[in-house]
Amino acid sequence: MARLIRLDRTGHTTLAEWTADDESTREAAVEAFRRELDRGLLASVPRADGSADVVRELPLDAELVVLRRPIAGG
Amino acid sequence: MPGAKAGAKPPPPPDPHPRPGLEEARALWWRPEVTAGELARQGRRWTVWTAWIAIVFSAPGAILLVVSPLTLPVALGCFAHAWLIPWLQARRGARAVVPLRDADGGADAAAAAEASRVALGLLGDLVGHRERELLAETGLALERGLLGVWLVGERGALMVRPGGRRVDSWCVTVGEPEDLPPADRIAHLLLALREDEPGFAKVANLGFSGAPWRVRRGLPERCRPALAEARRAARVGASTVSRGALVPIDEL
Repeated sequence: MARLIRLDRTGHTTLAEWTADDESTREAAVEAFRRELDRGLLASVPRADGSADVVRELPLDAELVVLRRPIAGG
Repeated sequence: MPGAKAGAKPPPPPDPHPRPGLEEARALWWRPEVTAGELARQGRRWTVWTAWIAIVFSAPGAILLVVSPLTLPVALGCFAHAWLIPWLQARRGARAVVPLRDADGGADAAAAAEASRVALGLLGDLVGHRERELLAETGLALERGLLGVWLVGERGALMVRPGGRRVDSWCVTVGEPEDLPPADRIAHLLLALREDEPGFAKVANLGFSGAPWRVRRGLPERCRPALAEARRAARVGASTVSRGALVPIDEL
C-alpha cells in the first residue's frame, strides 16, 4: 500500500494510503496531495538509489510520497 | 566574504522553460546556477581573500619590527589580526552546521520524544546502514553528490569537494523549523539535496570555503569523525563524477 505523508511536528502524519486497484483511495490521496500543495508544501518521492524526485502531481505508482516544507538560505 | 543574500524577491521574468528541480531554486531565478566550475571560482576567491587578510595585517607588523623593535606590542597586534580574522571566518563556517540534537520537549516532553522517535525512524529509512551509524554517532547525515560529499545537519551543511582538500560551509534551513522534531529538519534538507543538488546549493548561502583542518577545529568534537568520513569518501570518489559511480561508504 502506497503512502502520502507530511513531515510535521509529530514526526510525520500519514495523510492518505492507496492501492492501484482501489479508485476511492486513489482519489482521496490525490485530493489530499493537492490540498497540501495548495498550502505551500512541496512533494518529494524518495527512490531506492538514494535520489529523490520533485513531483507536482501525485505519482500513483510510488510507494512513498513525502510532503515537506520549503527550504531557504540561512 | 559573505555569500549572496536572497533579499527582496524581484518578479521573475517570463520563462517558457522553467528550471526543473527544486521549487525554491526556481524562485531564486536571479542567482547563478551552482556548478563545479563556479564552486572552483568561489574557492579561489576565498583563498585569495584569506591570503590578502594575512598579508594586509602581517606586512605592517613586520615593517614596524624592522623600523623599531620597540613597536613589538603593536606588531603583535597586527599578527594577531592576521591570524584571528581567518580563524573567525572558519569558525563561523563550522558553526553554521548544527548536528542532530535530542528533542527539546518543553512543556510536553513526552509528545516531543515520541515525535522525535517517529522522525528518527523516517530519517533512518532514508539513509543507508553506515550513514545511519554515522548519523547516530556524529549528528550529521552523509550524502554523496555530484558536487561533493555533503554532511547535512539540522541546520546548515558542509560539502567536501572531490579530492577532500576543500570544505564549503552552506547556510541553509527548513522554513519555520521551530515545531519540527530535530530529525525532520535533517530529513527536509536531505530530501531537497537529493531532489536537486545544484538547486540546493543555489538556495543555500555559501558561508565559508577553505581547508578541512580549518573547519575541523571549529566543529564540535562529536562531529569531527563525520568530516573525516566525508573526506575519505570524497577522496575515493574524486576520479568519478556520477553519484552511482562513487564507492559506497560501506566499502571504504
